[in-house]
Amino acid sequence: MSHITIDGQSVPFEDGQTIMEAATAAGVYIPHLCHHPEFTPHGSCKLCTVNVNGRCVSSCTFPAQEGQEIANNTEELNADRKRLTQMLFVEGNHFCPSCEKSGNCQLQAVGYHLNMLDNHYPHFFALKKVDASHPEVLLDRNRCIFCALCVRASHAEGKDVFGIVGRGINKHLEVTSESGELSDTNLEVNDRAAHICPTGAILVKGTAFKVPIGQRIYDHHDIDEMSLGESHE
Amino acid sequence: MESFIKQLTEKYQHQSTQLLMILREVQAQYFHIPKLAIALLVKELHIPKTQITGVIEFYSFLSTEPRGRYDIYISDSITDHMLGKHAIADYLCEKLKTPLGTIRADGLVSIANTSCTGLCDQGPAILVNGHAVGRLNKAHIDEIAALIEAQKPLAEWPTDLFAVADNIHKAGLLLNESVEKGAAIKATVQRGITETLAELKTSALRGRGGAGFTTAMKWQFCRETPETERYVVCNADEGEPGTFKDRVLLNSYADDLFEGMTVAAAIIGAKQGFVYLRGEYLHLYDKLQSVLALRRQANLLGENILSSGLNFDIEVRLGLGAYICGEESALIESLEGKMGVPRNRPPFPVTSGYLNKPTIVNNVETFVAAAHIALNGAEWFNQHGTEKSKGSKVLSISGDCARPGIYEYPFGTTIRQILADCGAEDVLGIQVGGPSGTFISNKEFDRKIAFEDLATGGSFIVFNNSRDIFAIVQNFTHFFAHESCGFCTPCRVGTSLMKNQYDKICTGHGSSGDVRELQEIAKLIKSTSHCGLGQTAAQPILTTLERYPELYNNKLKQISFEPGFDLDGSLAIARMLTGRDDSNAHLAQVEEE
Repeated sequence: MSHITIDGQSVPFEDGQTIMEAATAAGVYIPHLCHHPEFTPHGSCKLCTVNVNGRCVSSCTFPAQEGQEIANNTEELNADRKRLTQMLFVEGNHFCPSCEKSGNCQLQAVGYHLNMLDNHYPHFFALKKVDASHPEVLLDRNRCIFCALCVRASHAEGKDVFGIVGRGINKHLEVTSESGELSDTNLEVNDRAAHICPTGAILVKGTAFKVPIGQRIYDHHDIDEMSLGESHE
Repeated sequence: MESFIKQLTEKYQHQSTQLLMILREVQAQYFHIPKLAIALLVKELHIPKTQITGVIEFYSFLSTEPRGRYDIYISDSITDHMLGKHAIADYLCEKLKTPLGTIRADGLVSIANTSCTGLCDQGPAILVNGHAVGRLNKAHIDEIAALIEAQKPLAEWPTDLFAVADNIHKAGLLLNESVEKGAAIKATVQRGITETLAELKTSALRGRGGAGFTTAMKWQFCRETPETERYVVCNADEGEPGTFKDRVLLNSYADDLFEGMTVAAAIIGAKQGFVYLRGEYLHLYDKLQSVLALRRQANLLGENILSSGLNFDIEVRLGLGAYICGEESALIESLEGKMGVPRNRPPFPVTSGYLNKPTIVNNVETFVAAAHIALNGAEWFNQHGTEKSKGSKVLSISGDCARPGIYEYPFGTTIRQILADCGAEDVLGIQVGGPSGTFISNKEFDRKIAFEDLATGGSFIVFNNSRDIFAIVQNFTHFFAHESCGFCTPCRVGTSLMKNQYDKICTGHGSSGDVRELQEIAKLIKSTSHCGLGQTAAQPILTTLERYPELYNNKLKQISFEPGFDLDGSLAIARMLTGRDDSNAHLAQVEEE
């Protein structure tokens, strides 16, 4: 079997695997938000940036190749990842103390993991729309990080309920209905797309506090323990 | 509207890949994309609504809200600024009683800024319903305003208003003489396909868009793919501010381009080619169509070209105002009728491009050079240039010089020589390769145009000592934030943060900590962005910080200690909440000396 080296550790890989896939299989955590093993890699959050033979690449999309010397868990890369996470925090409106997803949120968990103690950058205070029209699912665009997992999941379900539209900092999540409201789409509460959101942008109504704060996943575990099996949901 | 949309989709054979061409016509008809049109297109093209709304919101020249019946975009490139854009824009807005960024109450006129329109040698420039008007002065504006108030259709406007000059001041290898029609194709067939590819390899031709990938290698990779359906794409989305050489090649050397594309098709085995023409070059569209028609008549395109057994045709598709579509994989997405978001690579377009089929994407100038090489051979070509950069480079020269326009030089020509030729004096610096390239100072005139020294896609903007470096870099930094596609975090958020941080320093609110912060953001965007746009967006800041640290230092507030806390910045929330931004809503960190 062929091998790559991640932070000095030899990691086997099969032909066609990405660096992320090889790392995950070997129990090596690479921070990420837009990646999910069940869906086509997206490569947009850039948290999984690693250094391969001196060049930065996204490990979720870059193929593993024999001879790659990869730096992953380094002070420098984690500092960059912290800054990228802070960018996501100031771009949207993420108020953890009042968010139902707190404790189960991967954005928050990555923030913990990277020892993020403040937002660092000035806040954008962007005005984002909340869509509470659907009887069972809430869409709060304030918390969207454009990972497109809901887009990918809904596409895989043959529904294409979600889409990311627009350009640059004005990008936003849209739903496919003439009114533009979630209630007029064919989204159902048991759809994968309603459960895949790593943050609190898409929430199933009526379930928010079934598990009390303090007893949630990342209240007790670092995301590096959980993420390898992708058992966030 | 139903019948209009029906006819339109029939004209484009219900192909969703034609979405941009379709939406362009809807916008021209209704001055926006009405909701009903979107609903009808969802049905006719069988695509999700979000693909259509995504495209509308992505491209600058489409809108969901009605624009004026005369929709004016003012080119906001630094070169337009240097030619008096601000005063001209003020006069235009006043004359038409329409403030910049608004639509007049009667719906007749709308005026907005847009990125560089490629008339840098003849600015300031505007687009009126997509058609370029250069060399704008007050007399032109008076004339245009009268025509608009009289509601004269554009077709009845004096044609000299829309005249665009080539301004070729120095011709070289490619511009001296056009390839005789069909000669490069004949030479390719006679020499043999494999032999012509070998010739191209010997010529050492590298891509002229700026990146400089070896052309023969790209074509060979594509040719060797197991797929049999392959595509030839010409990148005519020349959006880099300060670049306009493709405009001239398309206007006066289109046959050479199509000849080069046909040679490429023979080599890689393609039946279909596309020219992706930037929307700002709408004025070239009809001309290109008629050149293509003539070539079809002469059997230089179509079935069994010149009895060689080769079948190939070319379609021109228009962009709609998005710089990012100059990135090859974003261009392919756009050709497929989608938002111009760059793809993940690998796979590269040579194996998975248009419709996921093997595709070569090359710059206009690269195809023109390839046509000449196919006809005249590698030796003719590579006796010009340097060891690592063979042949010539066509430059678009603008800014502070006596003779802006097109100059073709062998690679290895010094900056000093170029400045002398175009009549530039008292030079402060030059932006070589556009905002994504390098800003060089007046201590670097012995440097050379070459891949191994100053690589360039062709933009060459000269600044004299009266110019303010901060104003230049600010214009470029705003440009990148505006043009970021928004796909990846560092570019989407980072370019906006960088823009705000730069504005803070420009307006005299920066401290030394702010410059460090600026540098940190710049480096992060450069190293972690998804594509070339993000990776080069910080170039104007990084290259000027490196060359003019003293200028930046002088711009900073003279404060006696290093602040650990930004007092004024922390009031941003309070200002936002109260809607205030007056001087009393700002606090100085310490008493100023």
